[in-house]
Amino acid sequence: MNPNEKWVAFYTILIKEIRRYLRIWPQTLLPPAITMTLYFVIFGTLIGSRIGEMGGFTYMQFVVPGLIMMSVVTNSYSNVVSSFFGAKFNNSVEELLVSPVPNVIILAGYVMGGVSRGLLVAIIVTCLSLFFADLEVKHFGLTVAIVLMTSVLFCMFGFINAVFANNFDDISIVPTFILTPLIYLGGVFYSLDLLSDFWAGVSALNPLVYVVNGFRYGVLGVSDVDVGFAFAMLALFNVVAFSFCMYLLNTGKRLRQ
Amino acid sequence: MTAALTISNLQKRYPNGVEALKGISLEVAEGDFFALLGPNGAGKSTTIGILFSLINKSGGSVQIFGVDIDENFPLAKKSIGIVPQEFNFNVFERVIDILVTQGGYYGLPAALSQQRAEKYLQKLGLWEKRFDRARELSGGMKRRLMIARALVHEPRLLILDEPTAGVDIEMRRSMWDFLREINVDGTTIILTTHYLEEAEMLCRNIAIIDHGLIVKNSSMRDLLQQLHTEVFMLDMATSLPPSIALTGYSCRRVDDHTLEVDVDKGQTVNQLFSLLSEQGLEVSSMRNKANRLEEMFVSLLGPAPLEAVDES
Ligand SMILES: Nc1ncnc2c1ncn2[C@@H]1O[C@H](COP(=O)(O)OP(=O)(O)O)[C@@H](O)[C@H]1O
Ligand SMILES: [Mg+2]
Repeated sequence: MNPNEKWVAFYTILIKEIRRYLRIWPQTLLPPAITMTLYFVIFGTLIGSRIGEMGGFTYMQFVVPGLIMMSVVTNSYSNVVSSFFGAKFNNSVEELLVSPVPNVIILAGYVMGGVSRGLLVAIIVTCLSLFFADLEVKHFGLTVAIVLMTSVLFCMFGFINAVFANNFDDISIVPTFILTPLIYLGGVFYSLDLLSDFWAGVSALNPLVYVVNGFRYGVLGVSDVDVGFAFAMLALFNVVAFSFCMYLLNTGKRLRQ
Repeated sequence: MTAALTISNLQKRYPNGVEALKGISLEVAEGDFFALLGPNGAGKSTTIGILFSLINKSGGSVQIFGVDIDENFPLAKKSIGIVPQEFNFNVFERVIDILVTQGGYYGLPAALSQQRAEKYLQKLGLWEKRFDRARELSGGMKRRLMIARALVHEPRLLILDEPTAGVDIEMRRSMWDFLREINVDGTTIILTTHYLEEAEMLCRNIAIIDHGLIVKNSSMRDLLQQLHTEVFMLDMATSLPPSIALTGYSCRRVDDHTLEVDVDKGQTVNQLFSLLSEQGLEVSSMRNKANRLEEMFVSLLGPAPLEAVDES
């Protein structure tokens, strides 16, 4: 395919993805709005007022960036995993596999579809958070860069999960047993300073720590970890995930017989 | 002229050890209407799946219009349109969106996809259904939707895997007419089938596959000529005498006005008619008794390898 045809193919996948999550918005856009509002009310307002300061900010200000990132992560992930697994399940993925669309465009289309939902949810949740906390973004460019890299990363994780999944249970196992614990232990609700050296060391292996702290630095200007390092780690995770996705597509593992 | 499809020594062994293709070779000329005929489990879908890139071959080579799939599969894919055996579209999508999206996957600008979608939905009688979700279509309509989808990028070679399985007779005939029409307009067509009648009605050339091997590959006419005996049913204009003998032919009196005659290879129908005239017997019409292709098949593969023609 020439570059123009590739662009058409990419755009076609992207539009199809956006149309999908907009069509089922009560399952895709409404839940994060409701859950996050509950988090803001409970942790920020009710409990937060008794916790006092965390990392030099009110507890509400401290948790908001983490909660925004939490919705970006879960929505990016679940968009790609449900859409791609769904296509695999009803065999419509064959429409793409038999076409001349290059593998990298297939991946890019699904990932950017997920990113668009991740960003849309980030905007919705950020708007809601303004009812509860005053947020002023300190480093705008960095904040956007972290959100994008995070969203792309978790879209690729969702893609990998979808390729390996054999049934609908398999696509909920990873979010329940891996993603949610990583998010909760990634420093959304507490500062890593509160942990013992051992647990702080273990946390360094959790990609969510870099995601949450990088973003918190972008918004609030504070972070539990070095921001340059967080950025580098996030980039590294992206490269590894991308290589693995391309490996899966190029060998046709679990997609072609 | 390069062939539309050249397959050499194609092999497929599935991970579970099943050897679905044991080295098949085929050539399909551009403009041909070609049948790959064989009983269930013969290896038809496996062959087709390799052409679709959904199945990785274990050995051999495939060229589509001279392009080797190992060298440039994306280029080869642009010239083929694909109608798989099983439905493989998202049933929650609208008919029109399925076609326009397909155009996008082949790099067609949106306006052109839209125009082609309309053209082929019209031709296949689905235009009224364009805003329906695919799940609301009947089985025959779903099959036609897949044909329309395969044509959006106007491929030079259309490949259909058992396109009329589970389609009622009337629908099957209109589908045949449509396929003949696009073949006349220049599209090369390959279809797999286990309906003998289908191959006989539509195709110029045929390969018969069984247990992963090509057991016969010839023109339809040659195949039919190779049959040793044809059995004709003659409807007589005059009533038959109680006993009748025709020198050189074995014949049976079915009833007053019907005679069954075996014509061997080398004998001619003219000869038969002159014998009948000598005895003052006039024939008003004649037809073949059995499906000759079916006999051919039995002689090649042993008894009853195929399902009945009109199972649905
Ligand atoms: N995915 C698969 N794994 C293992 N064996 C398979 C698979 N698909 C088909 N087969 C086997 O390969 C042979 C050929 O099957 P297939 O190509 O589907 O035949 P046809 O389309 O002619 O009915 C059969 O024996 C079938 O059981
Ligand atoms: Mg088959």
